[in-house]
Amino acid sequence: MTEVIIKNGFVYDPINGVKGEKMDISLKNGKIVEKVTHNAKVIDATGLTVMPGGVDIHTHIAGGEVNIGRMIRPEDHVKDTVAKTAMTRSGTGYSIPSTFVTGYRYSQMGYTTVMNPSMAPLEAKHTHEELNDIPLLDKATYPLIGDWWFVLEYLRKGDLEECARHVAWMMDITKGYAIKIVNPGGLESWGFGRNVHSIDDQVPNFCITPREIMVGLAKVNELLNLPHSIHLHTNNLGLPGNYSTTLETMKALEKVPYHGKPVAHITHLQFSSFGGDGWGNFKSAAEEISNYINAHNHITFDMGQIIFTDTTTMTADGPFEFTLYQLSGHKWVNSDVETETSGGIIPFHYKKNNAVNATQWSIGLELALLIKDPWKMMMTTDHPNAGPFFSYPRILAWLTSKNARMATLKNCNKKAQKKSLLPSIDREITLYELAIMTRAAQAKALGLKHKGHLGVGADADVAIFNINPETTDIARKYKTARKAFKNAAYTIKDGQIVVKDGEVVGHADGRTMWLNVKTAEPCRIDEEMKSKFKQYWTVDYDNYPVSDHYVKVKDPITIKASV
Amino acid sequence: MSIIKSVTCPICGCLCDDIELTVEKNEVVKVRNGCAICESKFIGYKGHHRVKTPLMRKDGKLVSVSMDEAVHAAAEILANANYPILYGWSSTSSEAQRVGVELTEEVGGIMDNTAVVCHGPSILGVQEVGIPTCTLGQIRHRADLIIYWGCDPWSAHPRHLERYTSFTEGRFENSEWKAFMQKLKAQAGQKKLESAARIEIGSTHPKPQTCTVPGMPQSMNKSGRKLIVVDVRKTMSAEMADYFIQVQPNKDYELMQALRVLVNDGELDVDNVAGVPVEYLKDVADALVNCEFGVIFFGMGLTQTAGKFRNIEVAIQLVRDLNSRTKFTIMPMRGHFNVTGANVVSAWQSGYPYGVDFSLGYPRYNPGETTCMDVLLREENDASLVIASDPGANFPKKAVENMIKHPLIVIDPHMNATSMLADIVFPSAFVGIEVEGTAYRMDHVPLPLKKVVEPPKGVLSDEEILTKILEEVKVIKSSSKKSTKKVEA
Amino acid sequence: MVEQKLKVTLLTGRTIEQGVGKEKGKASKEYFNACSMCYMDADDMKNLGVKNNTNILVTTPDGSVVLRAVKYPRSATPGLIYIPYGPWANAICSNKTTSIGMPSFKGTPAEVQAAPAEKVLTMEELLKSEFGR
Repeated sequence: MTEVIIKNGFVYDPINGVKGEKMDISLKNGKIVEKVTHNAKVIDATGLTVMPGGVDIHTHIAGGEVNIGRMIRPEDHVKDTVAKTAMTRSGTGYSIPSTFVTGYRYSQMGYTTVMNPSMAPLEAKHTHEELNDIPLLDKATYPLIGDWWFVLEYLRKGDLEECARHVAWMMDITKGYAIKIVNPGGLESWGFGRNVHSIDDQVPNFCITPREIMVGLAKVNELLNLPHSIHLHTNNLGLPGNYSTTLETMKALEKVPYHGKPVAHITHLQFSSFGGDGWGNFKSAAEEISNYINAHNHITFDMGQIIFTDTTTMTADGPFEFTLYQLSGHKWVNSDVETETSGGIIPFHYKKNNAVNATQWSIGLELALLIKDPWKMMMTTDHPNAGPFFSYPRILAWLTSKNARMATLKNCNKKAQKKSLLPSIDREITLYELAIMTRAAQAKALGLKHKGHLGVGADADVAIFNINPETTDIARKYKTARKAFKNAAYTIKDGQIVVKDGEVVGHADGRTMWLNVKTAEPCRIDEEMKSKFKQYWTVDYDNYPVSDHYVKVKDPITIKASV
Repeated sequence: MSIIKSVTCPICGCLCDDIELTVEKNEVVKVRNGCAICESKFIGYKGHHRVKTPLMRKDGKLVSVSMDEAVHAAAEILANANYPILYGWSSTSSEAQRVGVELTEEVGGIMDNTAVVCHGPSILGVQEVGIPTCTLGQIRHRADLIIYWGCDPWSAHPRHLERYTSFTEGRFENSEWKAFMQKLKAQAGQKKLESAARIEIGSTHPKPQTCTVPGMPQSMNKSGRKLIVVDVRKTMSAEMADYFIQVQPNKDYELMQALRVLVNDGELDVDNVAGVPVEYLKDVADALVNCEFGVIFFGMGLTQTAGKFRNIEVAIQLVRDLNSRTKFTIMPMRGHFNVTGANVVSAWQSGYPYGVDFSLGYPRYNPGETTCMDVLLREENDASLVIASDPGANFPKKAVENMIKHPLIVIDPHMNATSMLADIVFPSAFVGIEVEGTAYRMDHVPLPLKKVVEPPKGVLSDEEILTKILEEVKVIKSSSKKSTKKVEA
Repeated sequence: MVEQKLKVTLLTGRTIEQGVGKEKGKASKEYFNACSMCYMDADDMKNLGVKNNTNILVTTPDGSVVLRAVKYPRSATPGLIYIPYGPWANAICSNKTTSIGMPSFKGTPAEVQAAPAEKVLTMEELLKSEFGR
């Protein structure tokens, strides 16, 4: 019977239209309620900013690929060690923190829900084992199915309903949350060292195109009534001039029936907004991309903002990671997974004096600032690809303060400075818009009904920051704002204070959410799967699904499909 | 009587999960699909070497004690030790390994696993140059050139070829089993003729084959999967190969570098590298570059010979070079069934895969300094806990000598060499037979291990024993009011 | 008669019999038979006067051990001996970790001489003689 009342804070709750009004928030038994008794614990939030707990829609924090990244970079850990305390386990950072440290650092910044965006279904048990060891956060994970053989085969046959049933089966047995698609067609091609270069290229051996995969799966997503749209990493990611592929992709997705909800979420859009046609004349195409998104309603996206630091790239986009290896000669991991996906890891150092990196940095911010409707735009670094997640406060400063952006830009490569649109952009994101970009929009895009807002019935996940909007102009005082976002005054998880003044003071395991998709005819799938298993995978059918044993704190969400 | 299917075998890194067991009256009576080692384990694990109760050494002899007494004694040793080693981990579940990390952190010791004497050098090589790899199914579906270098799957991973490489059916490549059987028949026929000829001549023993490396045989031009074995002596695996290359001992590094030169269109100034004529190496380089999908599996022949992790590094660099020309991958043949899991769990919880030192309150990793072998040889440890491994049988003599100079706690189902030397012995249940859990295959794919029979009465799982010791350690530490040294990171 | 010694390169490693034996139990007969032996080249054995399945003494800078010599059946391996992993191999293998934690289990120098009258110690006897337990 725990009751808490957060008194007198400046509340930003965009989903419920609250724009900084002074109000009390009441918590009881882990939920937001109308009111509580006088026995409630009081948190005095006078002069403080109160928001829903942060929601991160795309962050690589758990699973086979992330962990190989940890294993190969001892030099990354030795510079960032975390000692054990009475309350917390030890661990290491920097760009790929160990699991306990991941939970603590997110929570210290006021985050309460995170989404692991890439899970090879064959390795799903590993992802869930790691998620269990990430404390203080609720989490979910997206299975990679864009190049799954069953998807390729059923879409080629044109059998959308059968494809949908198989996707529902896959979502259920991997305990996944959304359909993840990476470089569609490219991952299967990479099985033999090839790639696709346009959305109409044929995938070798499968006679299907990326366009057909994306549109097909977007339609499957509709049939299954999944809460999030397809989560898409575009073809030609990371290559100069790829903005045209991104535009073609978004145009192709206009074909998917629109029912008021976006049909696709394009992730780390910065990497897909490159102009020019080579590294020499590399430039931003943020304007072209944002013009399109401003004129259409079927797409949401997240930034993938560059941080100038030594980080680690890791994606399912095997061919792209190979390209980075050819450019840098750095240590390179390739990790293709049978029947399902590919993958690669390579360390990368983004440098201010590198013309391409500096332009990339500008692209992410241009995208965010040129988008008119903040509900379409979500703040991420595609951790750790563009930068470690605990750099988020830097990004918040750049978004809310032109001074902050200019201070960084003036130290960047001169060529990049000349090309950047940032000097001509005066817009400064408000605290309200920030709350949208870091929690409300993410929860809405994900269809998480109880997250990202502080209305009655929501989970009691709250972040309180040392920012007084009446006395602090965050555009001028961006360093103060940055510090405030780095160490939350309070992070509250399920109604319990877990962080106070940036220190972990409580424990919570956090829940793992997944979709239990109910189709009309599930049984047939199992029989067919059993016979196909011996041919397609090297594990037995019985041993493939993620049993309940693998999820410490379960939070399944039942979805009724339309097939 | 019941038949249990899809059982995962808890022995080697193959982690075959298609084993079928017949269980009668809490005993495994029949094993289907398993190799000889698998059958030996499932049928033979209950031998008289099984430890039934906790033991403690009193007056030089190991005597039965209660679980509580053993737990308390073990916890006292670990809680009071300055620099304990917690070693092994490779034959138990990831669930137990997680408790192991927490226990090691709590007592400020070193968490090390059998990789240190197995594929630790491979991990070091990977930390230098990365690794282009994949899951075993990719090999099965796509590989038309398979190389086993410095390893002998026939002896250590008996079903590797039939489940994952030459003798399995894939989507894009077929099994070479029929061709191999035909080759065996032809060889048997040839041997009969030779034998008959010798009887005619009057000699009895076949002349042993000479050890000069032959040129690449015709069978390497066939369209199906091709198998090359590189080793210092002709193993059973080498006999199955289309091409066996005999390399001089401790010269694998030179051979790899020579192949790199050739694969990158360079010229070699010598006639012979590591006992192999350069003419033949050129053919090998051609075969590497012209395949559709190649793979190198490697083992102790590279990790334990001169150069150690540099051998792995150069092997990976060869594969990286080949990726500019074709699709090529490389994979270590992990020995114990869950040594991969030990590395995986250690890495996700601490950042480091083995040799993790928690003595300063945060994880530190420096192979050569924090690896248990070196700590033992420098005599810096003052207590050890050994679980799911047998360093008494597998560590060099000096290391074992130093280990037993101080209290030694062992957790194992069998009375093995280490148990015989121990001060406290905890009997544990067999993971994958008497206890369920999770293990990671050599290609990092996680698989569930089943419980098929009940353990002997009173015998707990590794996870339960470790949890008991951990809880007791926490009680001892808080009641003794010892301050845990907090170090500012 | 001067005892003839042969300089060889020592390899240790797995055999399928060692694998089968270890699963039966390290104290089992199968493990003893599988691991207390040493594969040698047929010609080397002949020159040293060692008959198949008789005992030899193998010595390295780290120790010495009596093993049963067995002709390597598959090919000539002149100058190489192969001892399966186990306590007998570890009585003589090098502990030099070359700064990376891994002892040199393969490819180190050793000497072999015939020892037909010597006994191969059981695992218990070996552990007792080496470690006193």
